[in-house]
Amino acid sequence: MKVPPLLAHVWVLIVAASAAAFASAAEPDVLRSRELVHLVRQDCGSCHGLTLAGGLGPALTPDALADKPADGLVATVMGGRPGTPMPPFRGIVSEGEAQWIVEQLMRGFPADGGPALVGSAN
Amino acid sequence: MSDQNVRLAPPLLWVILLPAMVLLLSACATGMPTTQVRGTGDLGVVIERADGRVQIVETSGRSVLARVPGLGDLSHASVVFSRDARHAYVFGRDGGLTKVDLLSASVVGRVMQAGNAIGGAISQDGRIVVAQNYAPGGIKAFDADTLELLADVPAEYGTEGKRSKVVGLADLPGNRFAYALFDADEIRVTDLSDPTHPTTQRYAAGRQPYDGLVTPDGRHYIAGLFGEDGLAMLDLWQPEQGVRKILAGYGMGAEPLPVYKMPHLRGWAVAGGRAYLPAIGRHEVLVVDTRSWQEVARIPVKSQPVFVMARPDGREVWVNFAFPDNGWVQVIDTLDQSVVDTLQPGRAILHMEFAPKGETVWLSARDDNRVVVYDTATRKPLGSFDSASPSGIFFTSRAMRTGF
Repeated sequence: MKVPPLLAHVWVLIVAASAAAFASAAEPDVLRSRELVHLVRQDCGSCHGLTLAGGLGPALTPDALADKPADGLVATVMGGRPGTPMPPFRGIVSEGEAQWIVEQLMRGFPADGGPALVGSAN
Repeated sequence: MSDQNVRLAPPLLWVILLPAMVLLLSACATGMPTTQVRGTGDLGVVIERADGRVQIVETSGRSVLARVPGLGDLSHASVVFSRDARHAYVFGRDGGLTKVDLLSASVVGRVMQAGNAIGGAISQDGRIVVAQNYAPGGIKAFDADTLELLADVPAEYGTEGKRSKVVGLADLPGNRFAYALFDADEIRVTDLSDPTHPTTQRYAAGRQPYDGLVTPDGRHYIAGLFGEDGLAMLDLWQPEQGVRKILAGYGMGAEPLPVYKMPHLRGWAVAGGRAYLPAIGRHEVLVVDTRSWQEVARIPVKSQPVFVMARPDGREVWVNFAFPDNGWVQVIDTLDQSVVDTLQPGRAILHMEFAPKGETVWLSARDDNRVVVYDTATRKPLGSFDSASPSGIFFTSRAMRTGF
């Protein structure tokens, strides 16, 4: 049986779209992503540096993370790293948000746009 | 009145007076940027961490006098003062060491001395400024006048030439410096009395020292330990006795709570013969007697303490907390060892500094972009001023204190 060309195209599109959805974390909304960027820059930054070039904790720059599997990094964010000062952030960020943070770190983390807006949901 | 009574100065004196007068007049006429004639005892520095800039402030009128930019990455910054309290030495995260003249509000010296730095100290005689570095791990000594490198003391450990991150640097009497090695579980004391020929003693400390302090008398060095319940104490009058564990087992076997920011230790912990120390992974302030080094009390507090600072008279201890509870500050009464007040001075309180005699405390509210000044008698805000993402606040009264 021959698949009609139009159907084949649609099929390829669907597969590609769902693969992309799996590969990249859901984008947090504008307010939450601003909060997360501020959290990473400022509070993760107290050990990893505001520029994420490292401090007591290691550097979190794209170069430093290039050979690290994203899954492992997400697991470290969520569960911490026992025996080191890296604490678990489960309860502070969701799994999906941790994935988003790791993706941003690996491609070069955005600049801090400031703290959460007063009155916005925390 | 006759002309005879008018007496002119002898010609020789005019040779000196005339140029001096011309110089003074021309200075007035051109509005020369004169260094303001004032004392420095009420001055201080506020770190604007995201902008690589400091504010120069004064505590008498509670105002900002000037801003000095160009100090590099100040995401973790600390400051020591020259012994005349005119210059601030600012240690930046990126290894920058900048000497700032508080009176002219200008940078008068700057060196990039490491890749990643955490702070510094100044010697007893004020001639040597020492930086403590994470990368490359070690301490470096500089001439306080010129910032010329005098000594490089790597924090090497093991047999493969590894270098540890250095934490808890404190000046000691005799131009010596104590510090701890996070990766090597050691306290070291380096003697810089002959700055170009440093000598170093090593002491086993315990797992993962994260910061340290020297008591105000310069006798006891205490390193906080991240990797175990307890602190390491070295009696510098009898260092041959080695390190003694104090407050050992304070966690009592309980699983530690997550620590989202490392506590900071300094001599401000000591008040009334007791030291008030942050527990790690427990929401407690630990109190130890500084004669017997026995535990006196454990004070439950709101969250993971970061700065546990005695008011200069020792009557109260103010505590701030790690993320996500960094909007809170609690006040401990040092007579009955209990929390007597819980305050919310602003969003993300990163640091506190008491005025030299303690009538006010200045708090940096990073996420409000403000420094808030509290009256310590009423524990009410007196005022505030704009500051871009403020972190450390440092007053020149530190210049006269060992361990600051």
